[in-house]
Amino acid sequence: MNNRQCMIRLVLAFGVAQLLAGCERPPPEVRQIGYRGTAMELVQNPRLLAELAAKNQLPPALAQLQAEPGTPLAKDVYQNVQVLTDLNIVEFTRQMTAQANWVAPEQQCVYCHNLDNFASDEKYTKLVARRMLAMTRDININWQSHVKQTGVTCYTCHRGNPVPQYKWFAPADPRNPGGMAGNKAGQNTPATSVLLASLPYDPLTPYLLGDQSIKVESRTALRTGENPASIMSTEHVYGLMMVMAGSLGVNCTFCHNTQHFGSWDTSPPQRVNAWYGIRMVRHLNNDYFVPLTDTFPAERRGPKGDVAKVYCATCHQGVNKPLNGASMLPDHPELAHIRTAEEIAQIAGMPAAEQPAGPVPPATLYFDLDRFDLPADAAETLSALIAFLKSNPAAMAVVSGFHDPTGDREHNHELAKNRAFAVRDFLVTQGIALPRIDMAEPVETTGSGAPEEARRVEVSVRSPT
Amino acid sequence: MTRYQSIFTRVQVQAPVYPGVPLEGPHWPRVGRPRLNHWLGIIGDAQIGPVYLGWLGLASLLCGFIAIEIIGLNMWASVNWDPIQFVRQLPWLALEPPSPKYGLHIPPLNEGGWWLMAGFFLTAAILLWWLRMYRRARALGMGTHVAWAFAAAIWLYLVLGFIRPVLMGSWSEAVPFGIFPHLDWTAAFSIRYGNLFYNPFHALSIAFLYGSVLLFAMHGGTVMSTAHLGGDREVEQITDRGTASERMALFWRWTMGFNATIESIHRWAWWFAVLCPLVGGIGILLSGTVVDNWYLWAVKHGVAPVYPHVFDPVSVDPATLPGAAQ
Repeated sequence: MNNRQCMIRLVLAFGVAQLLAGCERPPPEVRQIGYRGTAMELVQNPRLLAELAAKNQLPPALAQLQAEPGTPLAKDVYQNVQVLTDLNIVEFTRQMTAQANWVAPEQQCVYCHNLDNFASDEKYTKLVARRMLAMTRDININWQSHVKQTGVTCYTCHRGNPVPQYKWFAPADPRNPGGMAGNKAGQNTPATSVLLASLPYDPLTPYLLGDQSIKVESRTALRTGENPASIMSTEHVYGLMMVMAGSLGVNCTFCHNTQHFGSWDTSPPQRVNAWYGIRMVRHLNNDYFVPLTDTFPAERRGPKGDVAKVYCATCHQGVNKPLNGASMLPDHPELAHIRTAEEIAQIAGMPAAEQPAGPVPPATLYFDLDRFDLPADAAETLSALIAFLKSNPAAMAVVSGFHDPTGDREHNHELAKNRAFAVRDFLVTQGIALPRIDMAEPVETTGSGAPEEARRVEVSVRSPT
Repeated sequence: MTRYQSIFTRVQVQAPVYPGVPLEGPHWPRVGRPRLNHWLGIIGDAQIGPVYLGWLGLASLLCGFIAIEIIGLNMWASVNWDPIQFVRQLPWLALEPPSPKYGLHIPPLNEGGWWLMAGFFLTAAILLWWLRMYRRARALGMGTHVAWAFAAAIWLYLVLGFIRPVLMGSWSEAVPFGIFPHLDWTAAFSIRYGNLFYNPFHALSIAFLYGSVLLFAMHGGTVMSTAHLGGDREVEQITDRGTASERMALFWRWTMGFNATIESIHRWAWWFAVLCPLVGGIGILLSGTVVDNWYLWAVKHGVAPVYPHVFDPVSVDPATLPGAAQ
């Protein structure tokens, strides 16, 4: 091979590599989720899913601490307690320890506090943390339309980073001297926020800070003149949708039908959840973050001096359920409930909640091949567990379904889910309220052991303090 | 033995350059010294020029040049006159039409004024070029089929950039000049007007587009398959009947019963090609001016089915629920 041929081959190889550089390494998996022939499909790459699942695990839980009856409230012992005024000092200290681990695992207390005077507000991080604590309670109590019973904690966004990895600022204006020509009209820049499309490069300000209408599609077949949306405003909404899809690692059909993006009745139910999510994020940005603008030092602010704001990715971080849908609230109920005056009086004066009678061993139910009807011995196997749940109203049941390794993966996945649902429904018939049953989908639904042992549902009990 | 075929032949006719037929009436001289180019000879006629420029050609090129300059310089200015970024970001760059607030008024230069100006000169260049095609065809004593086919494309161009924006009362409805930006515009157009796939004119346009491709493949294939019999040379078809063109016709009669003629196949191809932008333009023109949501229109008229509900629970617009936050 002479030099020239060698060069040509090198150039060709380089060209092919460049062409393929934008492609995603296979295999993408396509799963049908809607009516046949309507292209209602979720496209996901199992290789990337496994990586994401590993990245979104819960942190190690803190040990539960039992307060003696009559333990004083933190606000009566410490100075300048403004948000967690309903916790006793044991709960308060545990919460502070948890927060240090979630937010500043290296710096610990000193990240927010002056160690010589914990009550001092001299560090801006403490001022921010105080608002974030109030925000977390606001989300868990008032925005269950979006976060459901799963809720959020500091860790949902922070993941051990003092500044959460995913946040947004208004982008800097393009440099455009003179202003005679070259107006980009706010778009036509390969912006990562809109996944490198030429859509508007500030897709969030109008919707997650302002309340510009997202409904651009008409609701009538013929023109009535009532829909003022332009093609340009449609491009803006398109940009927002790109951000949402990228944040959750999903494609359009996760929330929308394929015929008519605007219609609700043929859209997957996730769209309703997303609708509340947009309103929640808008509320958080306006009520918690914007007022903190001057609290943050300049280097923490954006190119236009604006405060860091939240969007879908702040919690979701690439998966459609943050932390794969696992809830941290059973371990931290104080983040989802503010005690009333009566409740405070109760914990201050009365013995602490009755002690659990001791841990109940997890129960395992074995299923027949390719069946999800409840085994005959279910009532017997679960009786101790149900009795425990009834005598400990704060305890939660955790249900996980498994299947054996043979057969179609999709089908098995459904099977494991249906087995878990069958057990859940049984628990409900036995008087355990639905919100107390945590459906914990295992990362790997193929059960371990021999096939007849693998076809199982595991039920365990999780006790809060 | 070397023999003359069609493309990929290694034999080229090296004839003296030919100035073309003499022109009657008032006319400009043809410009450019004709010469032969081996590489062009591989894919077509090796002779380049002379060109009949004429005042229409000159004016068209001038207007086209102005339009391209306005678009290109605006794109370059939008990356702060950085030549490297201009090349790197070129597919993303665009000259955008005015924002909706200007309606049909003339906006400031940097807020759509340049777009309006570029659009004017580009349109002038295209229309002048059309006239030039028409006049050159007439000067050679030809029909004006090519000019009218071109007019079909101009119709779609004018609907997108002029007629529909004027009917909608806003320049902002028009297409930006840019590679990715005009594609994003297309996607947004379909979303805004309720899914263009349910627009029957869009469907017809696609049928004619694919039909044109099919016809071209059939016709091109048929002619090339008889090139060794002289099927690609008109004179032989006339003088040596029973060889190339008769076989072409028989081939299709044997395979599908019906065959076009050498004349009618070109009529088929012409109409398919012309109808593609013609009906497409009608579909665009009706979007927003008459029909605001093509999916709902298609359901109303029984074109599209109403699909059954498969999701549980059936979603309801949260904004319509009592006490909903807006």
